[in-house]
Amino acid sequence: MEQVQGQQHPIGLYLKIWGLLFLLSTLSYLVDYFHFQGYLRWFLVVTFMLMKAGLIVAFFMHMRWERLGLVYAILLPPFALLVLVGILAIEGDYTFLIRALFLEPGPGVPPPHP
Amino acid sequence: MTHKSVVNAGEAPSLSEGWRSGMNEGWREIAGDWASDQQAFKVPWGKAMMWIFLVSDTFIFGTFLTGYMTVRVTTTVPWPNPSEVFALNIGGVDIPLILIAIMTFILISSSGTMAMAVNFAYRRDRIKTTVLMLATAAFGASFVGMQAFEWTKLIVEEGVRPWGNPMGAAQFGSVFFMITGFHGLHVSVGVIYLTIVALKVLRGDYERKGNYQIVEIAGLYWHFVDLVWVFIFAFFYLW
Repeated sequence: MEQVQGQQHPIGLYLKIWGLLFLLSTLSYLVDYFHFQGYLRWFLVVTFMLMKAGLIVAFFMHMRWERLGLVYAILLPPFALLVLVGILAIEGDYTFLIRALFLEPGPGVPPPHP
Repeated sequence: MTHKSVVNAGEAPSLSEGWRSGMNEGWREIAGDWASDQQAFKVPWGKAMMWIFLVSDTFIFGTFLTGYMTVRVTTTVPWPNPSEVFALNIGGVDIPLILIAIMTFILISSSGTMAMAVNFAYRRDRIKTTVLMLATAAFGASFVGMQAFEWTKLIVEEGVRPWGNPMGAAQFGSVFFMITGFHGLHVSVGVIYLTIVALKVLRGDYERKGNYQIVEIAGLYWHFVDLVWVFIFAFFYLW
């Protein structure tokens, strides 16, 4: 690797990350193409998604080389969203059960396809 | 009671004066704390501001996707299968999600050219920076074009509306139009933003200041747009 200054990094590194992102996107597309279902599908989709997101943030957005004070200020707050997801998952489950009890078969059922 | 109020009324001017001076002191303290040369993040202010904006945007897309999760788990009607809805018939064969896959590759490619543009900007190679940034913008524009095609197909051929569709849960349309529409708006704004910065690079605006930080900051925005698509692709199209 050549000597780097500030946020200037060798082009070769960017090309490698680019290649990895292509590979991961292809893999996540193949998950759909080969009709993986259930937990295996969700596990693979989320894994590839997190790997891609990590590569983009760490290398393309230079997070890997930023000062820790900035890194934590940016990366930690979004985890608060997980609380919202948790609350709404519980609430959503409840709403679904209530709807299943009282709306079955439900007014939102689409008309038969012509 | 009466006596006390009379005494208070007598002291009123001095009390209000004291209150006012305390108020002034408070304001001076607030102004001092916020206006002095204080710095929490030891990076250029433009980069810090862009990051703060991107964190706020993360929450916007985060709540959109959470809202999508909520309507999807609460509906008692089956969710349309995105793999089939977004299939494209090429040469008589239905290929699942192919347009979305191409759009994903285009956005990743645009991120690659953007990252290289930042590199060349710091090397003060104005021509290569401009070309790479315009290539990034062109990728972005083609992404928006494909999205327009996708929307047209869904609205005209599949009959998807924000309030319903023939394939299943009515919420599918509203979620789709809201999330991809908001993301497409970000891409469109990014195309304009990158084009402006690229032309300013070419004109030599930053050469005079000797500061090419703005290319990196514009790049942060663009990579973020790509990042959001990674999550939309996983949660909306592949789930």
